[in-house]
Amino acid sequence: MPRHYRLAAQTVAVLMAIVAIALVPGVIELFALMQLTLFAAMAVLALSLAFIWGFGGILSFGQTAFFGLGGYAYAVAAINFQDSTPAILLAIVIPALFAAILGYFIFFGRISDVYLGVITLTVTLILFNSVNSTSGDAYKIGTALLGGFNGMPSVPTFNMPFDPSTVLSPEQSWWTTAGVLLAVFLMLRLLLALPAGRIIVAVRENEVRASLLGYDPRLVKCLTFILGGAIAGLAGALYVNWGAFVSPTIFSLSLSAEIIIWITVGGLGTLLGPIIGCVVIEYIVAYIGSQQLLNANLVLGAVLVIFVLLLPKGLVPTARDLVMRLIPDSKPKTNGPSVQSAAAPHAAGAE
Amino acid sequence: MAIYVILALDVLNGISSLFLLCLGLAIIFGMMKIINLAHGEFIMLGAYATVISANAGVNIWIAMLVVAPVFVGIVGLVIERCLIRFLYGRLVDSMLATWGLSLLIIGIITTIYGNTQQGVPTPLGGFSIGSYQSSYYTLFLALMAAVMMAIVYGVMRFTRFGLVARATMQNPAMAATLGVNPARVYMSTFALGAAVTGLAGGLLAPVSGITPGMGGAYVAKAFMTVVGGGAAILSGTMSAASLFGSVNQVAAYFTTPVYGEVIVFTTAIVLIRLLPQGISGRFFKGNL
Repeated sequence: MPRHYRLAAQTVAVLMAIVAIALVPGVIELFALMQLTLFAAMAVLALSLAFIWGFGGILSFGQTAFFGLGGYAYAVAAINFQDSTPAILLAIVIPALFAAILGYFIFFGRISDVYLGVITLTVTLILFNSVNSTSGDAYKIGTALLGGFNGMPSVPTFNMPFDPSTVLSPEQSWWTTAGVLLAVFLMLRLLLALPAGRIIVAVRENEVRASLLGYDPRLVKCLTFILGGAIAGLAGALYVNWGAFVSPTIFSLSLSAEIIIWITVGGLGTLLGPIIGCVVIEYIVAYIGSQQLLNANLVLGAVLVIFVLLLPKGLVPTARDLVMRLIPDSKPKTNGPSVQSAAAPHAAGAE
Repeated sequence: MAIYVILALDVLNGISSLFLLCLGLAIIFGMMKIINLAHGEFIMLGAYATVISANAGVNIWIAMLVVAPVFVGIVGLVIERCLIRFLYGRLVDSMLATWGLSLLIIGIITTIYGNTQQGVPTPLGGFSIGSYQSSYYTLFLALMAAVMMAIVYGVMRFTRFGLVARATMQNPAMAATLGVNPARVYMSTFALGAAVTGLAGGLLAPVSGITPGMGGAYVAKAFMTVVGGGAAILSGTMSAASLFGSVNQVAAYFTTPVYGEVIVFTTAIVLIRLLPQGISGRFFKGNL
């Protein structure tokens, strides 16, 4: 019976999320709606790293490489085709291909831990430097000027599929972005409930044991990495759609750091936590930007240090543990699929 | 002909500044397996200490060679006591915490001094080769790199502290059984690494732009050099710094500085792929 309750509760939660997404534009002002759209795009990015780090055990310091590639792929394709439908597809496919090459290089070379961090970090820097130096008329793809550090202004935003004349309104953009966020979330939840997802978690927990059971950890990690890259690329397209602008700062290290902070704050090894962490942190950053007293770096740095030292599990797992302690009998009810509660997600990567 | 002498000087400059930049990180990583992502901010603090004390009237040499390392060494000591000591053996957490620390330091410095800072002029003047100009400061940096190498080698190889430190590095449990307090060794090593980093920041202050975010330009390079060099503090860092420093300068000479950076990063990735244990893991096993 608890299984049925859980399924029902999850269905209700999803339905409530859909209703909330549908109703929000009618309730709040346009400015707040635009901000929420940005948060939703960023939350998709948060999900991509939450998946590969929290469930695949791969700590990438350069998830913005795929985010930026997706953004640039979308911008270049949208300017050339004047239609966002193939551009969105390219924004998923190109980062995924790049992740496949990089992942093959990293995982089949059995590079791990610190070295993985160095490589993802340097790849991001390479992209940042290269794109930064592409100003001038010599650097163009089709009709799209890359623009170097000035970025690419007035990128066409999303339109109705295969109908370039109908551009989405801000409300429709919000429905698209939030809908994508919900869809990616549900897709990842489903994947993690399937045997494939269990294998990903098994590899994170113990690579040797997983390979003794007949799975190839290199392949599993590589595929996880590719899926993460594809999701990050999609987030890049959503981000460019939000601002109609893309510049090399999309590759910046500070954004890479922010993703890691979202996940640390929200809770590693969950999917809901990083979304909450992302919205909370981005809201704080936006609020700090509007006043003079405190510096954003100072607050972000302090938050990260405090969470690593005092609350290393993050908000969502801590809250879940608290709830479970208060209601001793409700263990399976509040808990998601059992993979969600896998303990000590750090250990696998650190070994 | 003169252009090649200048190029050689550039390469020497690239190697020695990279070596100075990485040495502190290498000491901390080699001894304690802690990746200090706030390394760039330690460099920045060293540069700020130099510039502010020099602008306040302190002799530039004292500001560079004494104030910067002492100040950053003390900062390192405080940080080790308050933060790092809880994170030994937790590699990923220590990376996250030091990354947070780096943002925190940038935020504090920006709040206090704003986004720009007046620099100091480069001491020592220049000389000319053919129709090209170079500065004596380049040679001084190379000299300092050599001196630092000699000092670290001497301390690690011939003093009691060096012996204890190397023993702790190899086997902390055994060292503790023999009456060494590993926590104390870690603490002093971290402070020492911070001081060396502060010195590098001080030495580079006259030749680089001083902003709160300047550390970001260094941390990836230092990180990559130390990891590419492997576990041996001196031979690893020196060989990786030589490789990356010369690749960077030569590539920048034949293309543009931007592509020079891109090429050196690519070299680093290929190197890590070929030698996952770093250069010293393959060629200088067991060396210092």
